[in-house]
Amino acid sequence: MFTGFRFLSAILLLALSLHSYAGAEYQTLGKPAQQLSSQAQWNLTITPDGKNLPEGHGSAEQGAKIFALQCAACHGPAGIGASAEPLIGEVGSLTSEYPEKTINSYWPYATTLFDYLRRAMPIDAPFSLSANEVYALCAYILSQDDIISPDLELNEKNLSQVLMPNKDGFVAIYPDKRQ
Amino acid sequence: MTKLIASRRQFLQKTALGSALVGTFSLPVWAVQDISGLPESMQRPGDNFTNYGQPSAHEQRVIRWISANPAAPGNGVSWSPLHDLQGTITPNGLHYERHHNGVPQIDPSQHLLLIDGLVDKPLSFDVASLLRYPMISRICFIECGGNSNSGWRNNPIQSKVGYAHGLVSNAEWTGIPLKLLLQEAGIKTNAKWVIAEGADGAALNVSIPLEKLLDDALLALYQNGERIRPENGYPMRLVLPGWEGILNIKWLRQLRLTKKPAMSRDETSQYTELQPNGRARQFTFVMEAKSLITSPSIGMILPDNPGIYQINGLAWSGRGKITRVEISADGGESWLDAELHGPILDRAFTRFSLPWHWQGDYAVLQSRATDETGYVQPTRDALVANRGRHGFFHYNAIVSWEITEEGDINHVYGI
Repeated sequence: MFTGFRFLSAILLLALSLHSYAGAEYQTLGKPAQQLSSQAQWNLTITPDGKNLPEGHGSAEQGAKIFALQCAACHGPAGIGASAEPLIGEVGSLTSEYPEKTINSYWPYATTLFDYLRRAMPIDAPFSLSANEVYALCAYILSQDDIISPDLELNEKNLSQVLMPNKDGFVAIYPDKRQ
Repeated sequence: MTKLIASRRQFLQKTALGSALVGTFSLPVWAVQDISGLPESMQRPGDNFTNYGQPSAHEQRVIRWISANPAAPGNGVSWSPLHDLQGTITPNGLHYERHHNGVPQIDPSQHLLLIDGLVDKPLSFDVASLLRYPMISRICFIECGGNSNSGWRNNPIQSKVGYAHGLVSNAEWTGIPLKLLLQEAGIKTNAKWVIAEGADGAALNVSIPLEKLLDDALLALYQNGERIRPENGYPMRLVLPGWEGILNIKWLRQLRLTKKPAMSRDETSQYTELQPNGRARQFTFVMEAKSLITSPSIGMILPDNPGIYQINGLAWSGRGKITRVEISADGGESWLDAELHGPILDRAFTRFSLPWHWQGDYAVLQSRATDETGYVQPTRDALVANRGRHGFFHYNAIVSWEITEEGDINHVYGI
């Protein structure tokens, strides 16, 4: 009986995928997720090259209306700040006595604006804005400081081409620098 | 100016005078037989058992101090009351919080962790499966990159220690070494960064060097022995010992391996430090050595003049163990080594203490930490000279408490 049981255990173990960590054996339990990985809800991060930007387009004129409706209550009517931080203006202020880190003065990439607006704004309804609405808001905010022309419609192709004023304003400390 | 006592021995000689006064005497015999004055708690049964214990009703003032945006109450912080705590482990209900859009209530049976990107095979893990992996425990601090940032202001803030410096807490985290899960998916050789994303209402995303995740990162499921609470990332979070809080993504749902960082909002517009030259320090992951005296500290009063006070506080470093904490009572002119209370752990709170004989004079108490890399906690002047005043994050300067001749305590920037 006893040897029979041991034989059975051995068979079971062989059928499993076994690994060991610090001498302890464990079973790998991750499930193949190729399909999951390709779905939109697992591809939310938009990188400076524009990867993962959804199709769509929006103008500054459309964006102004959305801004008044969705953003102005917290960020002020012209985006100059209220209960939440200022978004617009202060370009060139970073070396002044009172620097102001707005989107237009500080953010290095326009793609980050799309990424963040979609996932986090408006704060009471994240992911509620359509792609067109987010492009329109980007166009409105960026055109307010002449980073783009007020006539330029933004879309998944040209957003990553926008050059932000503070594009070169960052020094990576990791991995080499200290203090 | 009060100098610190020159040595422990001298200190003990001074205190020997006090113990001589106590003398010896014996209780009268009748005192043994009269039991009418027993405390009420000894004269009746106590309360019933409870399923989950709570602090004494007399300790209800020991709370996290919430400071959030009234227009968006889920966006803010809660400060750990360091001035009311002792030892080194932060109780789970008092661990500091930083939420960008509230605390999600996640059903663990619905939650998945996806590991994908530059891997041989993308994998998803459900919580029940993860609970079957080998786990390790480690005690470490987590500190918000914005902790103590009132120190950049022109005038010293007059808040209690925890409510100015309590965006740091220390806990025992138990979970799976992330290396195991990444290796199971198979790491491609060109992977350098990992974009981590949370399942909260801010879908918080940050980029972390793969190297750190392979080194000592944990996928934590337990905090101080119990499952992580919702406000600390239930059902699972990243714990990256010594690295700034924002990277320790709570409610973790995805790790995507990439060649480059995402340049997300919270690694560009936030958690970067603007310098006087207009350039900002980015990817400043490590929280450098820091210490502060938690008692005596602002808001307390020294009742006896002269009197003996047990100076004590906390020290920690994101680069390793604390090797030394020095105390000054004269605003940094002279220093004496404090006792470090063991165990002294890598990237964890270390409690230090030193008895102090206050003579009733004006004094400025300071603590200064050194870590095992030799790094010494800077003065505020040195930090500001190095970084300017608009860095906002990573403030770790020496903290000064002014003791007035009346025994009141104020926060000052030096003598």
